[in-house]
Amino acid sequence: MKTNDVILQTTTKVVFFIIFLFSIHIFFAGHYTPGGGFVGGLLTTGAIVLLLLAFDLKTVQKALPFNFTIMTGIGLLLSLGTASGAIFFDVPFFTHAFDDFTLPLFGVTSLHTAMIFDAGVFLVVVGSAITIIQSIGGDS
Amino acid sequence: MEFVLLIFLPIVAALFIPILFKRIKGIHTGWFVLVIPVLLFIYYTTFIRTTMDGGHAISELQWIPSLGISFVSYIDGLSMLFSLLITGIGALVVLYSIFYLDKNKEKLGNFYVYLLLFMSAMLGVVQSDNVISLYLFWELTSISSFLLIGYWYTRDGSRFGALKSMMITVFGGLMMLGGFILLGIMGGTFSIRELIAESSTFVGHEFFTLALVLILLGAFTKSAQFPFYIWLPDAMEAPTPVSAYLHSATMVKAGLYLVARFTPIFAVSEVWIWLVTGIGLLTLFWGSLFAVKQTDLKAILAFSTVSQLGLIMSLLGAGAITMHTNEAIFSFAMFAAIFHLINHATFKGSLFMIAGIVDHETGTRDIRKLGGLMSIMPVSFTVAFIGSMSMAGLPPFNGFLSKEMFLQSMLAIRHFELFNFATWGVIFPVIAWIASVFTFIYSFYFVFKTFAGKRKEKPLPHEPHEAPVGMLISPVILATLVVGIFFIPNVVGKWLVKPAVMAIQPYQYSHPSEVAVHVSAWHGFASPELWMTVGIIIIGGLLYVSLSKWQKVYAIQPEYLSLNAFYDATMTFSEKGMNRLSRFYMTGLIRTYLLYIFAFLSVTTISVLFIQDAFVVDMDSFSKISVYGVINAIILLLAVAFVLFSKTRLGAIISLGAVGYSVALFFVIFKAPDLALTQLVIETVSVALFLLAFQHLPKLNDHGEKKSNKIVNGIIALGVGVTVTLVALSAHSQKLVASISQYYKDTVATEAGGGNIVNVILVDYRGFDTLFEIAVLSIAGIGVLGMIKLRLARKGDPDENK
Repeated sequence: MKTNDVILQTTTKVVFFIIFLFSIHIFFAGHYTPGGGFVGGLLTTGAIVLLLLAFDLKTVQKALPFNFTIMTGIGLLLSLGTASGAIFFDVPFFTHAFDDFTLPLFGVTSLHTAMIFDAGVFLVVVGSAITIIQSIGGDS
Repeated sequence: MEFVLLIFLPIVAALFIPILFKRIKGIHTGWFVLVIPVLLFIYYTTFIRTTMDGGHAISELQWIPSLGISFVSYIDGLSMLFSLLITGIGALVVLYSIFYLDKNKEKLGNFYVYLLLFMSAMLGVVQSDNVISLYLFWELTSISSFLLIGYWYTRDGSRFGALKSMMITVFGGLMMLGGFILLGIMGGTFSIRELIAESSTFVGHEFFTLALVLILLGAFTKSAQFPFYIWLPDAMEAPTPVSAYLHSATMVKAGLYLVARFTPIFAVSEVWIWLVTGIGLLTLFWGSLFAVKQTDLKAILAFSTVSQLGLIMSLLGAGAITMHTNEAIFSFAMFAAIFHLINHATFKGSLFMIAGIVDHETGTRDIRKLGGLMSIMPVSFTVAFIGSMSMAGLPPFNGFLSKEMFLQSMLAIRHFELFNFATWGVIFPVIAWIASVFTFIYSFYFVFKTFAGKRKEKPLPHEPHEAPVGMLISPVILATLVVGIFFIPNVVGKWLVKPAVMAIQPYQYSHPSEVAVHVSAWHGFASPELWMTVGIIIIGGLLYVSLSKWQKVYAIQPEYLSLNAFYDATMTFSEKGMNRLSRFYMTGLIRTYLLYIFAFLSVTTISVLFIQDAFVVDMDSFSKISVYGVINAIILLLAVAFVLFSKTRLGAIISLGAVGYSVALFFVIFKAPDLALTQLVIETVSVALFLLAFQHLPKLNDHGEKKSNKIVNGIIALGVGVTVTLVALSAHSQKLVASISQYYKDTVATEAGGGNIVNVILVDYRGFDTLFEIAVLSIAGIGVLGMIKLRLARKGDPDENK
C-alpha cells in the first residue's frame, strides 16, 4: 500500500531544521532558562522521528549517516570524563568550574563545565532513543 | 621494609605467568614460579631470631580506615611457622610439579596463576591480624582451591569435587564471618590482638557461645572435621602437587591455625574444650577407620589426612585446658599439636608426592592393581616407607615422637577435674588408642600393598619404572626431614614449636623458653605411652595380616546412609525444589509480573502508611482549583477510560498519548515549563515509537483470563491508584524536614553559576543521578539492540546444559 504523503514530506523538510535548531537553542539556554541537555536531546530525537514517519528508515539512515550506538558511548564518556576530570584538579569528583569570558562575536559569556556534561547527556539521549527506534522499527 | 606487601608478591607475580607461559615455550613455566616461594622462605626465616625471643614483627597497610579494616601482617611464632610451611612446602611442590605436569600438554598458565593466588591467600590468612581481611583471604583460599581442584575441568569428577569443596568451605567461611562480626561487636575492634587483650570481658556475654560455635564451624569445614570432611576425598581429583600442597600441608591446616589463634579468647569456655577435643578425636577415629576401606592411593591419603587433622585438633582442644590449670601434665598437648603439625606436613607431603609418582609412572592409583613395585622403584619405596612408618608412629621417625606426646596428652585428660572431664575423660585415651591402631593398619596397607608382594598378572597401563630425578628431589628432601627431626626434636622445638606455643598461650608464657617441654624418644619402661605403642604395633600388625579377611566388613554400611548420600540429596533437593518454585510463579507473561510488583507495592505502602498513622490531609496547603484544571481533569479521565475500553491497539495508543499530553497541560497550569516541555516531547517520541513498532505488536489478547482474573486486576489497579494518591496527599500535607528549595534559590547563582534551578539540579546538585540515569539509558538502548539484532534464542537450544 503506497500512501500519498507529499504534504507531510514537504513540511518535514522545513520543520525538521526548525525543531533541530530550537533543540540546540534550548540546550545552550538550559542553564538559565527552561531547557537543557535532556530536553534538547529529546527534541532532536523528536525531529528525527518526524523524519522517520515522513520518509522511511533507509532514507533517514542515508541522510543521517551516524552510528547512534557509538554516539551513546561518546556521550557517556563525555559526561563521565567531565565528572571525573575534577579529580585532577584535586577537588572532589563532580565539582564543576565556571567563569565569565569575553569572546569575539558573543561578548561576555559565561562558560561552565556543566555544559560539557550536559552535552554528554544530549548525545546519550539522542543515541539511545534512536538506537531503540531504529532497532525496533527496522526489524522485519 | 613494609613486609605486609610481601603477602601480595605471589599475586603480583601471577600477573606475569600467562605472558611467560605464552612467550617462552622452551622453559617450563614452573622454574619462574619457583623463585617466589624460595625468596619468601628465605625472607621469613630471618624472623626466627625475633620470634625465638618471644617477640613479634608487625607491618600495616590501611584498607578501609573508616571501618577499622586494614591489612596487617603480624608475625609471631605461630604465623611465622605457618608462613615457613606455606613457602617451604610451596617451593618443594612447585619443583615437583615442574616434572609432574608436562609443559606441552597442560595449561600451565592457569595452574600456576591459581597456585600463586593460593599462596598469597594463605599467607594472608596466617599473617592477618584484622579478622575482616583474614576472612577475605580465607575465602580466597576456598576459591583458589576450587579452581585447582577443577583444573582438569573436562572431567566430571573434577567439577563435582570442586563444587563440593566450595559449597562446604564457603558455607563454613560465611558462618565464621558471622562469628567475627559478633566478636567485633563484643570487643569494638577487628584486631585479633586487641580482642585477645579484652577477651576476659567477653565471658558471659550473650554472643560469646554463638561466636564460638560460628568460628568453630569455619575451622571445622576448612580442616575437614567430622561431619564436614566429605569434601576432602573428592578434592583428590586435583593434580597431585595440589593435593600435597593444599589438601594436606597447608590449606586444610588453616582451620587448625584459626583454632590455635583464637584459643586465648575462647579457651575459658567449656564448650570450646569439649567441641574441639571431641570433634577432633571423633574425626581422628572416623578417618582412620575409613582409610582402610579405600582402594585408591590418594583416597587412603585423603582419609589419613582427615584423621591426622583430627588428631591435631584434639590436641589443640586438650591444650586449651592449660587456661584452667597450671599442672605440668597438661602443658604437653599444645607443644604436641604444633610439633605434629610440622611432622605431618613433612611425612604426608612426601607420601602424596609418592602417590603422584606411582600414578605418573604406572598409570593407575588403584591399590588392587598395584604390587611388587619395590624392586622397580627403590627410591620411591624408601621414601614411602619412611613416610608411612612415621605416620604409623614408629621410631626412628618424627611421627613416633609426636604420637607418644599425643598419647601422653590424651592420658592426662583423665586428671582434669572441671567440666565433667574427670568422669568422661577415660574415653579419650581409649578412642585415641583404637584410632592409632587403625592408623598403623592403613600406613602399612598404603606402603606394602603398593610396593611389596608380587606384581599383579594384569599388566599396568604403563610399564613401570623409577621416576625422573627431578621428581624425586622434593619427596627425598621431605623424607630426610622426617628422619632428621627425630634426632634433633629439641632444636626444632626451640626454634619453631616453642615460639608458636607461646603465641597460642600468651596467658601462660611470656617467653618461649618458659615452655618446659623436653622431647625424648625414650621415657623408660614405666611410661604408659610406651606400652600403648607396643600394643598398637601388636594388635595393628595382627589386624593388618588378616586384613583380607575382615576388610569386607565395610560393605555393611549401605551407600544411601553415608554422609555423601546426604550431601547429594541436599544438593538435588535444593536444585529441583528451587527450580519448581521458580516455575510456579514465573509464567513468562509480563502482565503477571506487573501484577506481583504492583500488588506488593500497594499493599506494603498502604499498610505502612496506616500502621505508622502517617496519613494526613491538610486542605489549607492546596492550591486553588481553576476552570482550566477542571476541564483538563475531565479530558484526562475520558482519555484513560478510552484506553481501557478501546477495542483496537491503535485506538489505545492514541488515547494513551492524549493522557500524556493532558498531564503536560497540568504542568503548564502549575507553571512548571521544564517539566511540561519534557513531558510533551517524551509523549511525542513514545507515541511515535509505538506507531513504528505497531506492525510487530500482536493482536489484543486476553490470554484466556477469566472474569475473576479481571476483577483481581481491577482491584490491584485501583489499589495502585489509591496508594499513589494517598502518598501524594500525605507527602504534601506534612514535611518532616524543611524543604530544600530555599537552599537551591540561595545558591543557584553563587555556587552553581546558573539561573534555571531545574537544569542546575540535573547537571550539578544531583549530577550523580543524571550520570547513572544516562548510564541506564545507554544500557537499555544497547539491550534492545542486542535482543533484536542478535536473537540468540532462535539459533540453538537455549538450555546450556544440553
